[in-house]
Amino acid sequence: MIEMKNVYKVYDNGVTALNGVSTTIKDGEFVYVVGPSGAGKSSFIKMMYREEISTKGQVSINHVDVSDMKLKEVPFLRRGIGVIFQDFKLLPTLTVYENVAFALEVIEEHPKKIRRRVMDVLDRVGLKHKARFIPAQLSGGEQQRVAIARAIVNSPKIVIADEPTGNLDPETSWEIMRIFEEINTSGTTVIMATHSKEIVNKIRRRVIAMENGKIVRDEHRGEYGYED
Amino acid sequence: MKINTFKRHLREGTKNLIRNSWMTVAAVGAVTTTLVLVAVFLMLMLNLNQIADNIESDAEIKVFIDLSAEEEDIDELGQNIEEINRVEEHHFSSKDEELEALIEDLGEDGEAWEMFEQDNPLNDAYVVQTYDAEDLAGVASTIEEFSNVDEVDYGSETVERLLDFNQYARYIGITFIAALLLTAIFLISNTIKMTITARRDEIGIMRLVGAKNSFIRWPFFIEGMLTGVIGSIIPIALVLGGYHFLYLNLSDRLNFQFMELLPWNPFAWQLSLMLLAIGAFIGIWGSVMSVRKFLKV
Repeated sequence: MIEMKNVYKVYDNGVTALNGVSTTIKDGEFVYVVGPSGAGKSSFIKMMYREEISTKGQVSINHVDVSDMKLKEVPFLRRGIGVIFQDFKLLPTLTVYENVAFALEVIEEHPKKIRRRVMDVLDRVGLKHKARFIPAQLSGGEQQRVAIARAIVNSPKIVIADEPTGNLDPETSWEIMRIFEEINTSGTTVIMATHSKEIVNKIRRRVIAMENGKIVRDEHRGEYGYED
Repeated sequence: MKINTFKRHLREGTKNLIRNSWMTVAAVGAVTTTLVLVAVFLMLMLNLNQIADNIESDAEIKVFIDLSAEEEDIDELGQNIEEINRVEEHHFSSKDEELEALIEDLGEDGEAWEMFEQDNPLNDAYVVQTYDAEDLAGVASTIEEFSNVDEVDYGSETVERLLDFNQYARYIGITFIAALLLTAIFLISNTIKMTITARRDEIGIMRLVGAKNSFIRWPFFIEGMLTGVIGSIIPIALVLGGYHFLYLNLSDRLNFQFMELLPWNPFAWQLSLMLLAIGAFIGIWGSVMSVRKFLKV
């Protein structure tokens, strides 16, 4: 469960990104975060994996206050959260297999386990046959699937995606969404910031709309609500 | 740490050195230059120390006794010397012993003095040692006042000047070495920082998927250590070879001046070990410093 209580975030340059945000996201939910650029969507989700720390207010993941967390504990928080970005953030010199295995190697997982779990997860995103390719040999959609594979290879309870379809054409976007739905069906919480009206309006889920650092709308099975 | 993890760190650390070979050359060059200078300074400083120690411990007062003094007078003088506070030890040295010592000290040149053995022109003497080299002057002037003393000699000027010089040399040397080391650390840290930009994404992803900071730091630790160790090869070779050469050529000449250099073995080895440690240390420090920025929060 993710809980935010009256969270403020003011950056060093004086910009207020979050202006008193409170919300609760239960285990297994699927949540869209929508709103115009600069509304605070990215800051909102960065709070959850402690990429940013709140200036005021409380952010807790499974009843653990992350703003209070010791630096040593942060890696363990992040092992329970998979993060996906618009620009994939794959390492260009590594193969598909190596990119995914990387996430397990750096947390010192046993080599035998790594091999099995990487192949499993590549199978889930439909890229087992391209394990030896490097990212440049893949399409955008395929690269994003590798990034998703990397995010879920450690079986996180929460998956956070910051505009995962932002760089992809509509058809590819639907493929990606299918994978997210599958992940969510298996019990994982999915939080996705997006600008895609089509996706939000077609696959109806909870919608949190943000403007000027505040939550202005929070609807079960909501609509996108903006004309882009 | 698991053995597999350590192997990975080792692999990553060396890979980075090889991948950024020009940067490696620059960083290793910085270490090499620094260590060569440090080595020269240490060789000078430690030998000066040694020479000063020699002189300090050898420092003694020679009290030449009047040729006219009778045996009783000589005994009385000995009593008087013994009663001075700072005197550690004194012993009598007859003029024959003095001549013998002189002939021996002069080596081959001493043969010329052998003809005096029949008619020894030297004085009997007392050899006086004080607890501390700094007491020499005071004790010498006290003895000078006693009767039956012909002359008192303790190489005053030389000893004092050398002690002073050694003190200054030590301060200057330490300051200079510290400045050199800091410069080297700065250079290494900057060099590695340049290569780090390429690894920024990698570090970002490591943090994102929950790698511990210590895990991220290890390859840099190894990279820095290797930089330092490789950088110390040439300085160590110079010390082992160069000091050998110096020792062979200088020590005989200096010995004649009653100065002893530190012997090649073990000094050159100890100094080499020291250089290796300093090299590894500045390499590690520089490297770990450069990665710190990327690990905050």
